[in-house]
Amino acid sequence: MRSRFQQGLDELKEKLLRMGGLAEQAIDRATEAYRSRDSKFCQLVLTGENAINEAEREIDELALDLLAMQQPMAIDLRFILAVLKINADLERVGDQAVNIAERVLDLISEDEVQLPVDIPRMADAVSTMVQRALESFLDGKAEVAEAVLQMDSIVDRMKDESFVVLVQKMHDEPSCTRQALDVLLIARNLERIADHATNIAEDVIFWVRGADVRHGGAHYRE
Amino acid sequence: MGVGIEVRGLNAWYGKNLSLKSIDMTMPANHVTAVIGPSGCGKSTFVRCLNRMHETIPEARAEGTVRVGEMDVYGSGADPVEVRRRIGMVFQKPNPFPTMSIYGNVAAGLKLNGFRNRRQMDQLVERSLRLAALWDEVKDHLHKKSGASLSGGQQQRLCIARALAVEPEVLLMDEPASALDPISTSKIEELIFQLKQHYTVVIVTHNMQQAARVAELTGFFLMGSLIEFDKTEKIFTAPADKRTEDYVTGRFG
Repeated sequence: MRSRFQQGLDELKEKLLRMGGLAEQAIDRATEAYRSRDSKFCQLVLTGENAINEAEREIDELALDLLAMQQPMAIDLRFILAVLKINADLERVGDQAVNIAERVLDLISEDEVQLPVDIPRMADAVSTMVQRALESFLDGKAEVAEAVLQMDSIVDRMKDESFVVLVQKMHDEPSCTRQALDVLLIARNLERIADHATNIAEDVIFWVRGADVRHGGAHYRE
Repeated sequence: MGVGIEVRGLNAWYGKNLSLKSIDMTMPANHVTAVIGPSGCGKSTFVRCLNRMHETIPEARAEGTVRVGEMDVYGSGADPVEVRRRIGMVFQKPNPFPTMSIYGNVAAGLKLNGFRNRRQMDQLVERSLRLAALWDEVKDHLHKKSGASLSGGQQQRLCIARALAVEPEVLLMDEPASALDPISTSKIEELIFQLKQHYTVVIVTHNMQQAARVAELTGFFLMGSLIEFDKTEKIFTAPADKRTEDYVTGRFG
């Protein structure tokens, strides 16, 4: 028989994974909106934000109750702290998806222009990072989380490259400045989502191994 | 001032039953060290070995090295009575002498040690009651009230004052707050924190939150062995041994 506490931990995990699913869906819809220039997908992202915010509140509340009522220790304490931080990151992922959807709505309202950046490819990489970060959380697999950390620099490079070519484009063809600026902001939003995925992976490593690997270090408690 | 405690290769038996297995542990001076573990793990036996209380039980014996400051507790020249004066002990249930006054309780150890100077005794009783954070509550009826007339929490602080009166260097506490209500418990915990300025404290507790609140170092015992001994923060956030983790997260014990 599972203890009441274990049931609470399982419920917390389930709720966070469900929220993770909503955040992933928001990224996919925002990407599809960009790809298809279909405002319907933008609307889905905008209306879906409420569910993510609501999930964030519920998870915080449950985590707070478990901390207060059960006074968890060691791996359980690290798990709840990791959940609280991942929760905040996932909510921010939802916000970034909303920002992308708003930029896409702006793009749709303007003339379509060809821009030399591959946003769907970058979005795929980012979406994979989030997916794998959540997978590492599902199974408590620190190795999977480590693989996510490796991917962050790839996305950073993609963003830097798109900045260079988009700024050049604005310079060469001022008529498409607005569209280039929208896409530049989308690239930045995607890069931020990758940072959140990185944070999630770091929190999973903290939960599983008790090590703080933020900011490029591997700090174990002495 | 407190002194450090160094334990090397300590074994303890009840009859033929080996209940402590080769314990090595260094408890620094003026620190609080908590000893945790499930029932029967040897934690009480361990602290009772530190002041040679263990051997007072029939057929119980201990072997190994225990150094308290410069004193070799199991050395050939060690006097168990002197050992117990320098290493005071407080038990789970407050056990004041019921027929003695508050003053008499605190002075009892001094009298046993042949102390006769009344003025100095008054000073030591007051100092001990102040250190035990009980003075203000009892100073007006030191001679009128008996130890047994106090509340449970006050009785436990009276026992702490009694232990402190003989000026020990180390204070051992075996579940000192487990019979007390939350307010008395927090007073005892606050007191433990204050006492480490003057003494080295070793506390056995079943209450992990209590260990986390009062101790700088925590040792986890299981089946007579010391499994892990480290900073308290480490034991309760990221212990190195799976058995410690299972115990502090309540998966067994």
